[in-house]
Amino acid sequence: MVTITLNGRPVEAPAGTMLVDAAARAGVDIPTLCYLKGLNCIGSCRACLVEVEGEGLVASCNTAVRDGMVVRTDAPAAAAARRANLQAVMDGHRAVCAACVRQDTCALRRLAADCNLADSPGPLPEKGAWDEAFPLQRDASKCIKCMRCVAVCREVQHCGVWDFTGAGPSMKVVVRDGLPISKAGCTLCGQCVTHCPTGALTARDDTDRVLEAILDPAVMTVAQVAPAVRAAWGEGVGLSHEEATPGRLAASLHALGFDKAFDTDFAADLTIMEEGSEFVEFLGSDKPRPLFTSCCPGWVRFVKLHRPHLAAQLSSSKSPHQMMGAVVKNTLADEAAAAGKRLFCVSVMPCVAKKYECAVPELATAPAGGDNIAKAVPDVDAVLTVREFDRLLRTVGVNCADLPETAFDNPLGTSTGAGTIFGRTGGVMEAALRSAAFLVTGKNPDFSACDTTAATPEVPWMSRELVIGGTTVRVAVASGLENTAKLLEALESGEASFDFVEIMACPGGCVAGGGQPIHFNSERGAFRADILNRLDAADALRCSHENPDIQKLYADWLDAPLSHTAHAWLHTDQESWQI
Amino acid sequence: MGRLSVKPAATADGRVGEFAAALARRVEAMPPGMCPVSLVLGQLQVARAQTCGKCTPCAQGMPKMERLLQDVEQFRADERTLVELRRAAELLRDTGDCAVGWQAAETLLAGLDAFADEFASHVQAGACAAGTRQTVPCATQCPAHVNIPAYIALAGEGRCDEAVKMIRKDNPFPTACALVCEHPCEAHCRRTMVDAPVNIRGIKKHVVDSVAADAVPVPRPLPSTGKRVAVVGGGPSGLTCAYFLALMGHDVTVHEGRKRLGGMMRYGIPAYRLPRERLDEDLRAICSLPNVEVKTESPVDAAEMERLSSRCDAVYVAVGAQGGKMLDLPGADAAGVMSAVDLLSRIGDDDYPDFTGKNVVVVGGGNVAMDCARTSVRAGAASVTVAYRRRLEDMTALAVEVEAAIAEGVEMMCLQAPERVETDADGHACALACRPQRIGEVRRGRPAPVPADKPELRIPADVVLIAVGQAIEGAPFEEFGMQADRTRLCADEFLRAPGFDNVFVGGDCQWGPKTVIMAIAAGKTAAANIDEALGFRHALDCGAEVPPARLNDRTPYGRVQVAERPARERRRDFACVELPVSGEEAAQECRRCLRCDVYGIGALTGKDQERW
Repeated sequence: MVTITLNGRPVEAPAGTMLVDAAARAGVDIPTLCYLKGLNCIGSCRACLVEVEGEGLVASCNTAVRDGMVVRTDAPAAAAARRANLQAVMDGHRAVCAACVRQDTCALRRLAADCNLADSPGPLPEKGAWDEAFPLQRDASKCIKCMRCVAVCREVQHCGVWDFTGAGPSMKVVVRDGLPISKAGCTLCGQCVTHCPTGALTARDDTDRVLEAILDPAVMTVAQVAPAVRAAWGEGVGLSHEEATPGRLAASLHALGFDKAFDTDFAADLTIMEEGSEFVEFLGSDKPRPLFTSCCPGWVRFVKLHRPHLAAQLSSSKSPHQMMGAVVKNTLADEAAAAGKRLFCVSVMPCVAKKYECAVPELATAPAGGDNIAKAVPDVDAVLTVREFDRLLRTVGVNCADLPETAFDNPLGTSTGAGTIFGRTGGVMEAALRSAAFLVTGKNPDFSACDTTAATPEVPWMSRELVIGGTTVRVAVASGLENTAKLLEALESGEASFDFVEIMACPGGCVAGGGQPIHFNSERGAFRADILNRLDAADALRCSHENPDIQKLYADWLDAPLSHTAHAWLHTDQESWQI
Repeated sequence: MGRLSVKPAATADGRVGEFAAALARRVEAMPPGMCPVSLVLGQLQVARAQTCGKCTPCAQGMPKMERLLQDVEQFRADERTLVELRRAAELLRDTGDCAVGWQAAETLLAGLDAFADEFASHVQAGACAAGTRQTVPCATQCPAHVNIPAYIALAGEGRCDEAVKMIRKDNPFPTACALVCEHPCEAHCRRTMVDAPVNIRGIKKHVVDSVAADAVPVPRPLPSTGKRVAVVGGGPSGLTCAYFLALMGHDVTVHEGRKRLGGMMRYGIPAYRLPRERLDEDLRAICSLPNVEVKTESPVDAAEMERLSSRCDAVYVAVGAQGGKMLDLPGADAAGVMSAVDLLSRIGDDDYPDFTGKNVVVVGGGNVAMDCARTSVRAGAASVTVAYRRRLEDMTALAVEVEAAIAEGVEMMCLQAPERVETDADGHACALACRPQRIGEVRRGRPAPVPADKPELRIPADVVLIAVGQAIEGAPFEEFGMQADRTRLCADEFLRAPGFDNVFVGGDCQWGPKTVIMAIAAGKTAAANIDEALGFRHALDCGAEVPPARLNDRTPYGRVQVAERPARERRRDFACVELPVSGEEAAQECRRCLRCDVYGIGALTGKDQERW
């Protein structure tokens, strides 16, 4: 440990700690913009200047503590310099805050208010050309060149979509090699969006389309919410996590005017029945190991764009919300027709990649009797991120705190704790293991043998072995694409071998998804995962195969897992389509 | 009141000097990867500052050109702006009254042509041309991209063994380079902006003087791949390639034609610059790898190449440029006339000449000419003269080499073009006749000599050493089927020989005689690409970590120079000329390093230095 004097008080910090982190440990908040701990310590914005005795002003993000250092964060000279540099950042930023989706979560806007900054006196920078149909949007005029997107994409997500080019005043952040974004290998994980301090990177806004559908009397609107949404949706509408219950979430969907509010947790249970059965069948086959989960569209994009030779090893099961879309479109068609309405299915997701996924023609239920993909109507018509959902609630003026809790609509509303934990890393695997044992042996396993709560993005992957009906099964779980790349490398070199592998593109899984509410420099994944784990523990039903509505769905419509109908609605031939 | 004053009219002039010097230093430290459009703008802004304001095309034209250039630089311009810019520059070039104006315009116009692609990118794509981005200057300028700030930081903390490991990450010849590298790394050192470039080679010399390279164990090779690679040529390039391939787990055999390893480091560079026992430290470290086999005195001919390429998984040809070029002079075949390569390569096998009492004349102005001249001094020559066609400042030899030769008593006779070697009755050389030259017009960036109206000069010469270049002995490889451009063996940018899947070629035999560090860079490149061609992408761990940076010490310091033994003493032997850099000198130099891998653009790109 090293001792420094911070604002007159002795403060201890481990050697190598940057001043900004040492101060944070002592409860002293130093403003930052570009700094991203451990990933982006480039000292570019100079908003974190502090005064060090004998050394003058230094950037606290790239200066490590040294024994005896005397540091003042509250010196007027340091504050004045921080403010002057922030003003310079502001001068190059198109500060149109009133119409910016990041107005409440923009780090620059907060500092501008704290430091009493003025608007830029010069002309506003230009927005730059961008493919407005792409789910990931970029407004160059709001970019402050902090390079956090470059670091996150390269170091955490292994994709290197973002790069910088040019020098001096001409330096700017660009898509690598001057490629159009749709050709640059972007998985649409959205981590660059949640780590952007300003509104330069956003997800495409689809709220208008959804509002139009709700307003259209000829449309029956059906909403579903992903497992991880219940852990975070309240953050954007001022609810504490105790207030933001699943019941209040269901009520708020109705309050927005959706005709039906279903729970994607139900479809997660359905996924387990299909993917679990697929895995049991796979175990008895001589197919190349491992089988990979396919719930995460960011991961599926990563495979198809960066490791296409692995596409054959992806589970053929569609992701839960696509399964839900297929079930809705197929089972509610008659009811809607009888009411003279057409179905419009909306998914509220913690995800940016699902905006692309719902538009993949091959993922729509193929029209009966034909193979014309082009004629297929999407099973899911629109995907909203949690941020868009919260914006919609604010637009409509739903007073969420006052809403009485209601249940999700039936018959697609009942779910189990196994479906709920789909929202965190390891959850799909854990849910699958709970049911795989039952599918093989007819008996529920010991839950502790299936536990994956040790999975964390801090280590490349977690693995375990368990015996299912006399067969030893080796499973692994990874989240974050850099971690995933390491796991794939180990699999390819033979250093590791597994039978079943769960991958989620976002570090920590959907709880930390690219579509979740943004809190500058606060990683909420673990906190939100705890919420899901508590909901799971409190659930009366904790195994997907025990869900009575799932059993009823099979009895009424699907027959059995992997049946012909199940294949038509719920599976896709992963090798048959590319991006 | 007097009529004349000693006070200058422009009172600031006396204070301008140090600012102009600072500007010059900043220009010298021009960062690699900067935008050429910004550079052209910067040049013009300096010129505009120098304008007196008298003439219209300059006083009005310069600010206009600056405005237009700023628009181009900031992507606010289109093709018409470039046309307007060119017109304004042409007007100034053609109608300017003095060089402040017309020369600036000429430079601007030359810039528009030289950087046509970059200007086009600014007006068409709205971005700098691809590849425009700044990097860590020293590591970028080093052909082998050694992580210089990292090893300087390690040396600064007294961790010299780790500094050796860090150097070896990219270059297995820390000792040879500490003694003879031409240190291109120092050319754009950012420290120059403050005072002067860091003496990087001096720091490296302190490192290998403190801990011998062969006392620092090399990393353990990765598990064996079962692949076999033949390296033809045991010089810096071949051995670098062998070293890295062996670390990656491949089995490597080095085929060297001469008695010992080292190539031109042994058979070209004299021992007083690179003592053999110091070179052996690097060689022992490389040869300590269990999967490197060395076969000396085994020259490779076409038939052997055929065998190697079919029996091994890959072959790297790095035979250097070992032939001596001769001048087509009357009398050049006389006894006493020899090429530099002949002289120096015999010394490599410890066959030292005895020039006692003889007059020696060296023809040439490069480093090899200086090596010959200084060797002749040590061989006891009565007089040593360098005859050179151009001026002293035009010599391609490093200035320090020229100065050292002069200090050791070598006479530089410049502007003397050799005409013929005169012989005595026995057919032995007795003099070199030279045709005096006058320095003339600059051609292709260099002033060219032209015959002067002066009488012929006769320099007495018992020995004439021709040091005008080296030749590549590529015949066996051409016979084997490799392509050659004149005498250079051909390769693509990845050093693969055209027409072959598993034959790579690099170093002096591919790009002509260059430096040790260039040869090392080729060997490193070949190793990476051979590994890739064999189906691998091995990453190596050098065994040392990059230390965190301390805050920059901004106080200007003088640059520590490497001291040398007194000339009158060193000229009598072949022992090392240079003296050790002391611990306190090295520590001071290390503190001058600005850690450009951490501060500035290095915060973004510095990590690239940690991996190949």
